[in-house]
Parts: sequence; structure tokens; C-alpha cells
Amino acid sequence: MKSWQAGIASALLGIAIWQAIVWIGDLQKFILPGPALVAETLWTSRGFILENAWITLQEVLLGLILGALIGGISAIMLASSPVARALVRPMLVFTQAIPVFALAPILNLWLGFGLTSKVVMALIIVYFPVTSAFFDALIRVNPDWLGLARVMGAGKWRTMWHIRIPAALPGFASGLRLAAVYAPIGAIIGEWVGASKGLGYLMLLANGRAKIDLMFASLIVLAVMAICLHSLTDLFCRKFLDRSES
Amino acid sequence: MTLAPALYMQGSAAIDGVPIFRALDLHVAAGQWTCLLGSSGVGKSTVLKLFARLAEHVEFNGEFGAEGGDLTGRVALMAQSDLLLPWLSVSENVALGARLRGDAPDKSKVSHVLDRVGLADKAARRPGELSGGQRQRVALARTLMEDRPVVLLDEPFSALDAKNRSLMQELTAEVLQDRTVLLVTHDPVEAARLGHAINLMTDRGIETVTPPPGTVPRAVDDEIVLKVQAALLARLRED
Repeated sequence: MKSWQAGIASALLGIAIWQAIVWIGDLQKFILPGPALVAETLWTSRGFILENAWITLQEVLLGLILGALIGGISAIMLASSPVARALVRPMLVFTQAIPVFALAPILNLWLGFGLTSKVVMALIIVYFPVTSAFFDALIRVNPDWLGLARVMGAGKWRTMWHIRIPAALPGFASGLRLAAVYAPIGAIIGEWVGASKGLGYLMLLANGRAKIDLMFASLIVLAVMAICLHSLTDLFCRKFLDRSES
Repeated sequence: MTLAPALYMQGSAAIDGVPIFRALDLHVAAGQWTCLLGSSGVGKSTVLKLFARLAEHVEFNGEFGAEGGDLTGRVALMAQSDLLLPWLSVSENVALGARLRGDAPDKSKVSHVLDRVGLADKAARRPGELSGGQRQRVALARTLMEDRPVVLLDEPFSALDAKNRSLMQELTAEVLQDRTVLLVTHDPVEAARLGHAINLMTDRGIETVTPPPGTVPRAVDDEIVLKVQAALLARLRED
């Protein structure tokens, strides 16, 4: 069985189990709507759902790109300066100890209920895995390469640019893969705490009005979006960042 | 290339208070191959790292350097591992030094040195596509490209198979002629073939051994070369 066939088979199996639970448990549609009802809602409310999905997608993409960019630059700064390392690293660890949920209300207060607070939320959640994976890889570059560069008379920044950064790109890639999984979480948390648009908002709204079918439809769109984002990131990493060390 | 200087080192070295070698007295003649032969752990690589200024973690007590001034910018290094960067092509690896110093790589010189090591047709390949022997030849081309009067060799042939090792020894001896070469090795065959001077390094210090006569590289099957390598092996086994 090819992987796409396996994917489809597994999705069909999931839907079958879902339907079976609805039948066997004799569940009301405001507790667990069946797959057919959710599919119908998905179709009838498609404009509404997609409109909100587009908002969430923007938040996620902007957060991911900015987080990867700022995380990448931070990792390079940390790796090149022992002073920065000594000062900033404990701070980074400390900020990681704060649950992101706790930051969301503050970000909403400071940045408003629009796009910005959600982008920053996604950025914050993405920043740490990118920074730490890339930083570790930059620090673990083969010391003999660095020795050779020194004997050749290389400066610190040229060594960084020509040896350490290219050698550490696979590490950056593994950070980016994690980031692609985390970024939607950040955006959704941001929307839950306060928003008037987006899939997270839609799910809360639907839940409040006992439109569980709409909630499930939104959830499915969100899941599909997250899977696509992860696959595309993976493809990007494979094409540009990964390398089999020989 | 500027004139190849002689090197010297007198002193002792330790790491975190643990002695690496004591009372070493080494002289490396100008424009010649000097072999530093010893078993593993005797501190011969530390000697090389000191000359290359890659030994900040080593406490050295004494003095070392080159006759006629500072060694900075006059040393090239070739190690047991080829240290090729897998994401660069062969020719980009050869021109790495220029790239790292911010100079424009001299392309005709790159193709000249690749030609000298017999890899002109592999310039666009990646290191991962080459055999171990070819990779070490690229490392030699990179060393040649640096064109430094002093070349430090840290067991550069020990990871190669017997055939490639002997071919590589000959090629290296030929292309590095007239430079001051310090070859660190644990292989008596290599010392007997390649050394204008042979220094046996043991825990007691350095002892010079008369090398076989004849030009370097000497034939593997030369009778005196065989005798000297047997004698060197016997001396190594005494410790």
C-alpha cells in the first residue's frame, strides 16, 4: 500500500469509528454530531468557515516566518558571543517557564484584539524551539573544521557564515519542523482569549450556541491546515536545509 | 611562497596539570620532511597543535616557533580526517582559505592544484561522491592552494587503505617538496619512507634516528628502508 492510499484508508477508518460511536452511544447531535452532519455543515457554511480560516492562516504564517527569522538571528548572536550567552540564556529559560496561555491576555491588552496579538503569540511559541535547535547545532559544529579555518586565517564572522551556519542548517530545520506544529497552537490560543475573527473564535462561538457541527467543521479545517503547513515545511526543509553528512 | 623556515620547540606541556610531555627538544630543519614518530598518547599531536596555535587548553612551558619570525599566516594543516565541507564542491573546498579570508579565489590556481593531485575531472563533484583516497587528495590540493612554507601533517594517511596510503605518500612528498614539513605519525613505514629526519618520541623525550639514505619518497621495498622500519618498530615496542 502506498502512503497516500494508507492515508485515505486511515481517514475512512477514523470516520467509520466516529459514526459507530454516534450509533452505538445513541448520542444527541449537540453532544457528538455524526460525520454526515459535519460534512453538510462544512459545505453549507463553507464561505463563513474559509473566511475565518484565512485569518487564522495569516496569523500562523506570519508568526512562523517572523519567529523563525528572529529565532535564527538570536541563535547566531548567542553562538557568536559568550557574553550574550551568559546574559540571555537564563532569561530565555525563564520565559519558557511561563505558560503561553498566561501571556495571551496581556498580549491582547497591549496589542489589541486584531491580528497583531495572535501573530506575536504564534511568534513567541515558535521562537524557542527554533532558537534552541539552531543554537545547539551552531555550538556543535566539528571543532576540527573551526581549527582548520583558524589556521587559514579566517575571521569570526566569515567562519560563522561559511562554516558554522551551513553546518548547522539541519539543526535549524528540525527547529522549524517543530515550529510548524506549534504555530497554529499559538494563534488559536490568541483567538480564544479575545478575537472577533479566526477559526479559534469560530469554535468558541459555535460552542456557545450549541452548534457542535460547526465546531467540528472548524476543527477539521484547522487540522487540515496544520497538516498542510507541516508537510510544506517538511518539504522546504528537505529541499533547502537538510543534508546527509558524509 | 616565502622561504621555508626551520622550526624549534623546547619545553614541556600539560593539560589541567596532567603532563602531556616533558623536556621535549625538537628541531625541524628548513625545507625538509621531519617525521615525529610515536605511539598513541605520547603527545605528538599536541606538538603539532602548538605549532598550529590550536592549543589554548594546553599549558606549555618553554619556547617554540620558527626561525626568522612569527609563524602566523605561514602554516598549512592537513589531518587524518579530510575535513572537507560536504555542502561545497571539490573546487570550492580547495578554495576555502581564500573564501574564509574574504579574497576572491584564484580559479586558474584551483584547477592547477586539482590537476596536480589528479582530480581535474572531479572539480564540480561533492565530497560525498568521492572515495576516501580521492577525498584525501582534495585535502592535499586544499593544502597546496594555501601555499604556505610550513606544512603540518597530522597522520594524514592513516585512514587510507594500504595501496592508497603508499600512493598518497608519494604524491604528498612530491608536491610538498622544499617546504618545511612536520609529519606526525605512528607508522614506522611512513617515517622510514618519508623522513629526511626521524624523531622518535617516547615518554622519555625525543631521540633522533638516522633515516635511510636516498631521496624522499624512498621505495617501499628498499632493503635499508625495510631494516630501518623494523628497527623503529622494535624501538616503539620497547616502551
